[in-house]
Amino acid sequence: MILQLVTSYVVFPLLAGALVLAFIRLMRGPSLADRIIAFDLIAASSAGIIVVTAVTTGESVLLDAASIWAVIAFLSVIAFAWFIEARGRL
Amino acid sequence: MKDIIIAFIMVAGSGFIFLAALGMVRMPDVFSRMSCVAKAATMGLGLLLLGLAIYFGELGVTSRALATIGFVILTSPIASHRIGRVAYLDGAPLWEGTIKDELAGRYGAGAALEGEESPSGENREGEGASRKSP
Repeated sequence: MILQLVTSYVVFPLLAGALVLAFIRLMRGPSLADRIIAFDLIAASSAGIIVVTAVTTGESVLLDAASIWAVIAFLSVIAFAWFIEARGRL
Repeated sequence: MKDIIIAFIMVAGSGFIFLAALGMVRMPDVFSRMSCVAKAATMGLGLLLLGLAIYFGELGVTSRALATIGFVILTSPIASHRIGRVAYLDGAPLWEGTIKDELAGRYGAGAALEGEESPSGENREGEGASRKSP
């Protein structure tokens, strides 16, 4: 009971606020590296949202989705970093 | 009792992620933003996964959650290091209050002067490793 209250009134709003702030940086960010860091934070907070949803619904299968999402986010960040490095030579 | 512990851990984890996002908006240059995300988001996601592991309390779920925590702890510094390195080489401006730039002169025009004393693995990027002027 207290877990439902805390997740719906504290944890989910904090994670959603983190998403909003990261989207602000994604729109404003002066360089491409800023936007990639913002994407990294969006990936982390959405993985957090998946994890908290797994707790509130009791579906432990969602943990697999969260871990695979973390893997994909890491690989895409590495690919974007490679793109910044190779941008001048392409 | 278990619910209270899980609620505390999850509030701490989401608070860390929110602080990472706050630093993301407020910090002055790319490198401080990168350090915010690298530390605080790793800590936040790790605490959320720890809360999930305590909530379910089964062997399979706990081992998968611990594996994911280990993966995040291993990969987040690598990703941040890559982003910081290419942002530096791409000529991202430093904050005007920066007091030390240890890579200054190691890439680009000044690299020929100090190239001998740098370790051999440092210039493995080849011709692309020259810092553009901001």
